[in-house]
Amino acid sequence: MVAIVDYGAGNLVSVQKALDWLGQDSRVTNDPAEIRRAAKIILPGVGHFASTRALADSGARSAIIEQVERGIPFLGICVGMQWMLEGSAEAPRTPGSALFAGTCLRFPETAKLPHVGWNQLEISPGSKLFRHVSQSSLVYFTHSFYIPLNKWTVASCAYGSSFSAAMERDRLFGVQFHPEKSGEVGLQLLANFCAI
Amino acid sequence: MLTKRIIACLDVHGDRVVKGVQFAQLRDAGDPAALAQVHAQSGADEIVLLDISAANEDRTTLLETVRRTARQLFIPFTVGGGIRTLEEAAAVFSAGADKISINTAALADPKLVTRIAERFGSQAVVVAIDAKRGENRAPWQVFTHGGRRATGRHALEWAREAESNGAGEILLTSMDRDGTASGFDCELTRTVSDAVQIPVIASGGAGTAEDFKAVFWEGHADAALAASIFHYGLRDVGDLKQSLKSAGIPVRWPC
Repeated sequence: MVAIVDYGAGNLVSVQKALDWLGQDSRVTNDPAEIRRAAKIILPGVGHFASTRALADSGARSAIIEQVERGIPFLGICVGMQWMLEGSAEAPRTPGSALFAGTCLRFPETAKLPHVGWNQLEISPGSKLFRHVSQSSLVYFTHSFYIPLNKWTVASCAYGSSFSAAMERDRLFGVQFHPEKSGEVGLQLLANFCAI
Repeated sequence: MLTKRIIACLDVHGDRVVKGVQFAQLRDAGDPAALAQVHAQSGADEIVLLDISAANEDRTTLLETVRRTARQLFIPFTVGGGIRTLEEAAAVFSAGADKISINTAALADPKLVTRIAERFGSQAVVVAIDAKRGENRAPWQVFTHGGRRATGRHALEWAREAESNGAGEILLTSMDRDGTASGFDCELTRTVSDAVQIPVIASGGAGTAEDFKAVFWEGHADAALAASIFHYGLRDVGDLKQSLKSAGIPVRWPC
């Protein structure tokens, strides 16, 4: 069972519909006990970084961190990916999980914000998440804060300058775009995650 | 590079898609869920479903239509028409919409935009503006209630206010052009797009691929929406995108 972690913000229906389409059993939950029983965990997210504070309040945060330490595959989407870092300029007083070092920054005001639409990926070879995904595929983004390129970046995207579109380390995965809204490419990526 | 989006719009009355010609004279064009699939497969980057029945006539039917349309749709899906409260917006999101579009209610209560954005994020809130210039190059005026009621507000000023209230995108419809197939209003689109930082979706007047090129080049649109040209087999999204790509406009094609 894949636990889709609910923290009271964003569209969880879309992620679950995509998993239904892939024939994957999933549960939308904020119950730490259910998260501890899950074979895989997805933390979706749209909205404000501050809303991730609800993860600590419900006990989901410590359940996720325990599971990650046991090697349970984890995928953070959009704000869910940003939560994997230490924090975000969007809500400096809300800590992330620090699964990865670094913080999220706001795009400079020189471009239209939010960065909305289909943009191109530059995918590093050897990524587990991007198996069978073509180089330069387009995926759907909607965000104003970004994660700078770092040594775990497995796909980058350019908006003004380049940023981390996806990160990967062992069984930890994060994507800034929305695979559940990125057509065939996104479904392939979710299928890859479910197969890990 | 961020691509220009082509958004297929389904005007829905009850549980059927109808074609809007200057907000009147409706013709039936089919089932929303089936049409959304057709557009997605032929290359649409997003689907917008606008409920054009009298506002709040039948919310249950709309929610069921949204649920059915969203079930197998894996591209962004926006729903608008008759959303007046945070609770109504929440119901549309839980039926499967990724974004909601508000028009009349946002003008009546501008802080509604803020309340929805605070709960669901700015990226989930599209403010739809129906604008009409009329005679003598007067400033564009904002209309509500499906284009029936003048508000006395200027489109440019209202777009800026909507942005500062937390809107994530603006869906800008030229009432002068809507349903005429005589091309988008590039001047209106450029005026608004250059004045706000959020993306602007141009709407109203699409007839040919040339119209789309013009609204991206001259109108500075981030996305363009069309309804009627796609419904009757005049052109599908793939043909349109092929033509835009050949002209050097970045689009998601093939997809």
